[in-house]
Amino acid sequence: MTKTVLTGVLGAAVLALGASTASAATLDDVKAKGFVQCGVSQGLPGFSNPDADGEWSGMDVDLCRGIAAAIFGDATAVKFTPLSAKERFTALQSGEVDVLSRNTTWTMSRDTQLGLNFAGVNYYDGQGFMIRTDMNINSALELSGASICTNTGTTTELNVADYFRANNMEYELVAFEKADEVVAAYDAGRCDVYTTDQSGLYAQRLKLTDPGAHKVLPEIISKEPLGPVVRQGDDQWFNIIKWVHNATLNAEELGVTMDNVEEMKESDNPAIRRLLGTEGEFGTDIGLDNDWAAKAIAAIGNYGEIFDRNVGPDTELAIGRGVNALWSQGGLQYAPPIR
Amino acid sequence: MAVTDMGRGVADAPPKVALLNNPRVRGAIYQVLLAVVLVYLVYAGIGNMLGNMERAGISTGFGFLDNTAGFAISQSLIDYDQGVSTYGRVFVVGLLNTLIVAVIGIFFATIIGFLVGVARLSNNWIVNRLATAYVEFFRNIPLLLHIFIWYFGVLRLLPQARDSFDFGFLGLLNNRGYFAPKPIWGEGAMLILYALIAAIAIAWGISRWAHKRQMETGQIFPAFWTGLGLIIGLPLLAFLVMGAPLSWDIPVAGGFRPSGGMTVIPEFLALLVALTTYTAAFIAEIVRAGILGVSKGQSEAAHALGLRQGQNLRLVIIPQALRIIIPPLTSQYLNLTKNSSLAVAIAYPDLVSVFQGTTLNQTGLAPQIVAITMLTYLTISLLTSAFMNWYNNRVALVER
Repeated sequence: MTKTVLTGVLGAAVLALGASTASAATLDDVKAKGFVQCGVSQGLPGFSNPDADGEWSGMDVDLCRGIAAAIFGDATAVKFTPLSAKERFTALQSGEVDVLSRNTTWTMSRDTQLGLNFAGVNYYDGQGFMIRTDMNINSALELSGASICTNTGTTTELNVADYFRANNMEYELVAFEKADEVVAAYDAGRCDVYTTDQSGLYAQRLKLTDPGAHKVLPEIISKEPLGPVVRQGDDQWFNIIKWVHNATLNAEELGVTMDNVEEMKESDNPAIRRLLGTEGEFGTDIGLDNDWAAKAIAAIGNYGEIFDRNVGPDTELAIGRGVNALWSQGGLQYAPPIR
Repeated sequence: MAVTDMGRGVADAPPKVALLNNPRVRGAIYQVLLAVVLVYLVYAGIGNMLGNMERAGISTGFGFLDNTAGFAISQSLIDYDQGVSTYGRVFVVGLLNTLIVAVIGIFFATIIGFLVGVARLSNNWIVNRLATAYVEFFRNIPLLLHIFIWYFGVLRLLPQARDSFDFGFLGLLNNRGYFAPKPIWGEGAMLILYALIAAIAIAWGISRWAHKRQMETGQIFPAFWTGLGLIIGLPLLAFLVMGAPLSWDIPVAGGFRPSGGMTVIPEFLALLVALTTYTAAFIAEIVRAGILGVSKGQSEAAHALGLRQGQNLRLVIIPQALRIIIPPLTSQYLNLTKNSSLAVAIAYPDLVSVFQGTTLNQTGLAPQIVAITMLTYLTISLLTSAFMNWYNNRVALVER
């Protein structure tokens, strides 16, 4: 809370007194300081979560590591700033972080009013509801009158409002600052329902006293395309983030993995040769080395590997690929070609 | 030699100094310079901020206050419809939520603080030690921890909605809050309100008259009890005359949460209890200091004049102690009001939570919203200070 106010005030102060932060070339700054400063969540398993030793892991974290690898060839040249939902945009606007990779929903107002740009969608999510199994409720339409716990300052508040209004249902919203307190209050029985993005529900369920006693209802009430965000006005940096993500998608489509990336450089397939920098000057065009994508993939793998490692069926979260499968396999993940 | 020179200079005429070396002129120049620099800094800062915001493509201005908010708020003292109400309305709802917890908190913190402060001076060993333990316990644990203890600690002990504690007419208590019966006033209820206002006015008149008569004749009139009787009696009379125009909407258990009645959300209760008990510990120490600050001779003199112990406290000790108590008490009131912003940790929808939190996040307009929030707290604090200063002047020592 104190930190939030501080960030807000400092953000305002930086905007007030600082030199223009947005126009400087972020890539030069990053190269000069030797690492990427990456804004992540305060702990969301599968997306950005620190372990007991303070090592961060997750899909959003891997994207940052991929960016660092593409720039420096070193996936550890990245520092993480945990941000609450309400601190995140100010932190990015004021230059506290270089890129915001924090399960952030891409909406029009965020894209157009805040001086920010969304550089892609690394996870297609949707908002869902979690409820105790013994309540015997099987559909979100039976939730009229329920108390609902969620995080403040997220799109989830607005989605719930729309959904309940559209279906003529009453509800009581209890909105907390931090996800941990939402989980604690839901666990203590303050609310009947916990709502957030479905991936988040699966992740937070692991923190409950008895995860087995809770279930996620089938309804998805919103579109939540989550992706990395950068400041507007620095197209080079915007391109780098966008294309590191696209490279992981293209790599999966072309069968390039973390393990075979070196031998694939000698592949006969021109698409693979362009991706890995054997052909063409695509890297230098965005201010990096030509083997930028090869370095990123060697560090974090292709999109499929990232997904399976962090949230896939073999992890605790056990989320299927669903809409996050490649377009060629019936999903929505699609990257423009490198040519 | 030097001494005589100086002596002569002072005695003869004001020493001739350059205008720039004249301390008064100099002082004025420095102050004007400082003011100019400050004004310029503020001006340049705001200009720079607006420029930077424009360059960064961030909206400026306060037009967002007219946009529909579209999110729900769990406690609202005025009509709030999430589908229609604007961010401006959210601001008012948040402000009222902050004010109500602050006002009720100040009220109870003052009462508890005075009781504990007096108890600490008691000759009774147990009362004395209990009060000391209270002060040391509550004063030395961070407030946020208090809030979490009351919220998560107490909340976990309360039953689920379907197993509520049922107090019959007094309502239901469960982990969704306290569901109190809601009074529904029938026709003619306004007369009761008028009766109450009239009773207060008459009581005030009687107390003035009694004071005047005592000053002139020395006779004592029981103004307090008469006033109390009027204030309770007149509205009661009106209530009975109008045929008891009051019914109660008693909450009924069922569904996810009880329906009907008034709801006091657990976030409010936890925050109120935490703020009250925490601030009361500080007020207790201030009260103790105030009473100890009155010289013992005052009590002795009062007793020598024949005043009883109660009169001694009421007429001699307390009025003098108040002069010491009021200024630090003001600080505690301001602290309580500002500390209420910790509400955000437990989802109580105060100004910081719904306006500087949710609204900021939905709109992303940090400079405007942080500025409005700061100005609001500043205004509340200055108003509180102004009132307390006025009261302090009233109770200050009048020298004759």
